[in-house]
Amino acid sequence: MNLLIRNGRVIDPANGLDAPAEVLILDGRVSRVGPRLEVPAETPSVDAGGRVVAPGFMDIHVHLREPGQEYKETIATGTRAAAAGGFAAIACMANTQPVNDTRAVTDYITAQARAEGVVRVYPIGAVTRGLGGRELAELGELAEAGCVAYSDDGRPVMSSALLRRALEYAQAFGKPIVSHAEDATLADGGVMHEGFVSTDLGLRGIPAAAEEIMVARDIALAELTGHRVHIAHVSTAAAVRLLRDARARGVPVTGEVTPHHLLLTDETLRSYDANAKMAPPLRGKRDVEACREALADGTLDAIATDHAPHALADKEVELDQAANGIVGLETAVALCLTHLVRERVLDLGTLIARLTVGPARILDLPGGSLTPGAPGDVTILDLDREHVIDPGRFYSRARNTPFRGWRCVGAPWMTIVGGRVVMAEGVVERGPSR
Amino acid sequence: MGLKRKDLLEIRSLEPAEIQTILDTAASMKEIASREIKKVPALRGKTVVNLFLEPSTRTRTSFEIAGKWLSADVINVSGSSSSVVKGETLMDTAKNIEAMSPDCVVIRHSASGAPHMLARALKCSIINAGDGMHEHPTQALLDLLTIREKRGHLEGLSVAIVGDIAHSRVARSNIAGMRKMGMSVTVAGPPTLIPPGIEELGVKVAYRLEDTIRDVDVIMMLRLQQERMTANYIPSLREYSRLYGLSLEKLAGARDDVLIMHPGPVNRGIEMAPEVADGPYSVILEQVANGVAVRMALLYLLLGGKPAEA
Ligand SMILES: [Zn+2]
Repeated sequence: MNLLIRNGRVIDPANGLDAPAEVLILDGRVSRVGPRLEVPAETPSVDAGGRVVAPGFMDIHVHLREPGQEYKETIATGTRAAAAGGFAAIACMANTQPVNDTRAVTDYITAQARAEGVVRVYPIGAVTRGLGGRELAELGELAEAGCVAYSDDGRPVMSSALLRRALEYAQAFGKPIVSHAEDATLADGGVMHEGFVSTDLGLRGIPAAAEEIMVARDIALAELTGHRVHIAHVSTAAAVRLLRDARARGVPVTGEVTPHHLLLTDETLRSYDANAKMAPPLRGKRDVEACREALADGTLDAIATDHAPHALADKEVELDQAANGIVGLETAVALCLTHLVRERVLDLGTLIARLTVGPARILDLPGGSLTPGAPGDVTILDLDREHVIDPGRFYSRARNTPFRGWRCVGAPWMTIVGGRVVMAEGVVERGPSR
Repeated sequence: MGLKRKDLLEIRSLEPAEIQTILDTAASMKEIASREIKKVPALRGKTVVNLFLEPSTRTRTSFEIAGKWLSADVINVSGSSSSVVKGETLMDTAKNIEAMSPDCVVIRHSASGAPHMLARALKCSIINAGDGMHEHPTQALLDLLTIREKRGHLEGLSVAIVGDIAHSRVARSNIAGMRKMGMSVTVAGPPTLIPPGIEELGVKVAYRLEDTIRDVDVIMMLRLQQERMTANYIPSLREYSRLYGLSLEKLAGARDDVLIMHPGPVNRGIEMAPEVADGPYSVILEQVANGVAVRMALLYLLLGGKPAEA
């Protein structure tokens, strides 16, 4: 696929670029970026109209629910939600049914993504069989089949000995382990952050220490084995501090944070709305501030959505019984532009870095930059578009979001994958049937 | 008069004047209980559904009597709150009940916030008869009524609430109500059963019972759930009752006119020695009687009393 993107302000943090320029994609790859490019005759073009042109955004923490829970989401609907939200590539977690702990499941996901997906899909394999936390999954075969990392996300690997072996063994394939850092014995039965608000609401709390203990352990194991650990959805101030110290010492550990942990606190639960229930839970104000600082200074490398689609029936129940998590693919970019960039928590270039080169480096994915030869993936942002978040218009099959009705200024305007426009002005190409 | 609200979900959102109104109305309802024929037509033609998804014979019976004395049609629906087991969700149940066009649903549920969900979903009035660890507003109101009867006023009184504060909806509702009515509250119990940040509700925290009860007007003992022991909140029932049980010896240090309360049912010998539960300071049975009066008052104010303004 060939495509020329004209008349844009190109921001490519990996190459330190922020300037008016054109981007030329030839045969699905970035060919050149520059002020006035010579292009082959008949190259189709897009007029960016002065908007921001960035490398295609990547979300390395997505739950696609297929195979097994297609009533919540499918690869077809999930990748459309990604395209609508400005993401050109996503990595999907292993907690499907069956669990992605064998080549057969990985093959199914990649085949389905090729047939029905509209953005790139990178499977993440399980660390342990069936996410059971007892025996290692066949990490080698998973890597061969195309898994880009290993994670039991949704369930912490409680055995330190097992995680140690996983880290040692995974070195042979160079794939990092993504840790859902939560001490399950401390989190036991909790539905929200433990603190005054949980006391006031009479809801079982999950102390911040449940996360911090495991982050400290994971750092120790990364140091012991020398292999990379990536901490998923970091949510507490002390976890951030631990990461900052570890990185300063050169420990191979990275971290991500979700938009909801950057924008919401435990106060959101006061409505008893299950759309504010997630793991890790929404924390206190100081935790949110620490996460924002860490994102700005690079201690946290990436923004990831932890897109967790659920059916209404999984959420419209008592909080104790409600499923954890919210959808995020279609709201993340607009929320970050509005509440992080406009409110000067991050500058635009840093936000783009945390959505491109940051995630690409964590999972060692192709893309994340407009370096010649890179995949021809581009996200174009309209910084002025005003809109109200309306879950009724989501491409995702799910509607579970606490951001319904939030006003945003700024939105993804176009998503391009391998030189092909898959989303323009909020409309995702029809492509294969849903 | 009446209450300017559709539901009674929690004490914390009531104005002191509203609490006053409820207590005054409840006091006048007590007269009905003393009549030979305990029935007035105030709620004739109204339907009250008692939706008890967590078992509680006492509270359910109290609401049932309250409704019947006011001539309402009272329907009891009970079941397990783990509705998932039956494949029916709370919202399913709520919609089915809505089809019966009730005027009020009284809900008891093991999940905090369940009444709030119901109040959002249903057009009729919702009364919270206890939700998880969150609130039990009618219990707090009957406690306030009992104290007011015995002391003549509430403002300036001091209360010790003792036991499992962390898991107690009775404690949360009482703290909210008592603080609103100008009372001072100390909570006491083993540190494992005192939840984080409780001081932000305007209470003092104590870990030793003897010091706490020395100079208070009211001692409110909470029920201890036996499973707290297996979850290691306490090492043993024996130690708990030694440290936090109200014995005659400990009571000797309290004021002569102290009131002893308990939301019931009492684990005699654990929270309280039998002689204390049945002794002269105890107002436990008055609490039960006032429960009916408070629930009549609420049903009347939410359903029967002319709506304050449209
Ligand atoms: Zn997770």
